[in-house]
Amino acid sequence: MNDFENLSISSALEGLTNKKFTCLELTEYFIQRIENNKDLNCFITSTFDKAVEMAKVSDQKIKENKTRLLEGIPIGMKDLFCTNGVRTTAGSKILENFVPFYESTVSNNLWNSGAIMLGKTNMDEFAMGSANTTSFFGNVKNPLGSKVNKELVPGGSSGGSASAVSSGLCLGSTGSDTGGSIRQPASFCGLVGLKPTYGRCSRFGMIAFASSLDQAGPITKTVEDSALMLQAMVSFDKRDSTSSRQSIPDFSDFKKLSIKGKRIGIPKEYMIDGLNSDIKKVWDSGISWFKSEGAEILEISLPHTKSALPTYYIIAPAEASANLARYDGIRYGFRHSADDLNDLYQKTRGLGFGKEVKRRLMIGTYVLSAGYYDAYYLKALKVRKLISQDFEDSFQKCDLILTPTTPNVAFPIGEKQTNPIEMYLNDVLTVPASLAGLPAISVPSGFNSEKLPIGLQLIGKPFDEISILAAGALIEESRGFK
Amino acid sequence: MSIDNSTVKKVAKLARIEINEEEETTLIAELNNILGWVDELKQVNTDNVEPMLSVFNESMQMREDKAESNFDNNQILNNSPESNSGFFVVPKVVE
Repeated sequence: MNDFENLSISSALEGLTNKKFTCLELTEYFIQRIENNKDLNCFITSTFDKAVEMAKVSDQKIKENKTRLLEGIPIGMKDLFCTNGVRTTAGSKILENFVPFYESTVSNNLWNSGAIMLGKTNMDEFAMGSANTTSFFGNVKNPLGSKVNKELVPGGSSGGSASAVSSGLCLGSTGSDTGGSIRQPASFCGLVGLKPTYGRCSRFGMIAFASSLDQAGPITKTVEDSALMLQAMVSFDKRDSTSSRQSIPDFSDFKKLSIKGKRIGIPKEYMIDGLNSDIKKVWDSGISWFKSEGAEILEISLPHTKSALPTYYIIAPAEASANLARYDGIRYGFRHSADDLNDLYQKTRGLGFGKEVKRRLMIGTYVLSAGYYDAYYLKALKVRKLISQDFEDSFQKCDLILTPTTPNVAFPIGEKQTNPIEMYLNDVLTVPASLAGLPAISVPSGFNSEKLPIGLQLIGKPFDEISILAAGALIEESRGFK
Repeated sequence: MSIDNSTVKKVAKLARIEINEEEETTLIAELNNILGWVDELKQVNTDNVEPMLSVFNESMQMREDKAESNFDNNQILNNSPESNSGFFVVPKVVE
């Protein structure tokens, strides 16, 4: 038996090409791992038959020396990406039995690159949550909780994806990030989470939450793996009206990019009240790593940072209230029968959506309703412009921005459930880059006193994923642990 | 500003979400809390600031106005809770 436990995507690719093991062996190993770790609740639907079938195809390709970018790499697919013939729920009762008859562009790109689907990963309902506690299919556990004898949240909304990679149930997974849903769970689970520039990954077939913010990205163990997965995921897609036509670089070029002489901005506004002191220390260490590599450190100001979270909690629910209007109990999903059409809609949605989703749909409907549109929605759109402008101004002076990913480490399941705003504050440091559509990556950079992981976030200029990958790789080299 | 039970009822109706009395009480408190919090945006000066609807700044492409469908009716109707003779079924809306 091979030692598959410490494999990354890149080392697995090497092992497969050098025929140290077969793709089928690798896939069967992960299937067994998933079976043995069901208590973590990482997967909503497993697709083992499909995985074995795909593994056989990959083994054949390897035999014929026709390998593709991710040939034979078993991954988890967030249950937000529509998969042809495989149930796709978005973590909601309202889509409990929805089986798409088409494939999302991102998942299709991954399969065409030779990746293997082990299953659909658990998530907060419609990606609304920061702890994976809003899923209709139950909360996900963070495998690192066992280190401190607590049941910890994996973060959210891509909690199943993060927990699955962290516990070694797959080599990588997809996530989607609207306000931090890739970076925050990656940080909580000790992983690399990359949200590319808005428009890099197609949104076609990705169940919509807030369309002007939603962006797909990878969750992996290493920066190199993130670059590999991202390469496979991105494409221009005419079926998404905001898919970018910008040329797609070879993301592995990050390895050739030196950080020496790069200007790293440290935004003073990210030094928020309530920033955990261990996280502050890791942030300081991060700054020193860049300094010793010959980067120039400068303090910058993003004056509207404080307004980002309230802005997000107007814009995202507003867009969600429009996007989720389609769940009416008529064309697909759950229906609660009634004699009257309006009754049918109201009962279906009242029973089909969970608490957090209903809360956000109510906020979204309210801020868009007559008499409040200008005061809330229009106001938020203007503040969004100011937030975006802050970044534009700062990127005149610096090449990259270094911040913590989250104000705190992973917390116990059940905490932060009484006041929604407490939960929302998890995303206070990730939301600004989302509103500005910028690429951002979270990289494990240290630990708190309990040995729980702490991530640092790097924010880059639009379409400059390569620089944040290079800076992320520097963190990996400097942090003093594998 | 503050949200009372008639506002919650009205918004729930607009959103087509049935809520029971208990949910109504909770939502009044939660929505007041959240909207009170986002109210701090009122302090931000946005005079002469253009609203930003999207960060996407590439021009969108026109396409031919031609219907395209790769799916047949059965595939689409398979996911519906109730269908009949190739149609979605809804409660009677016309007397």
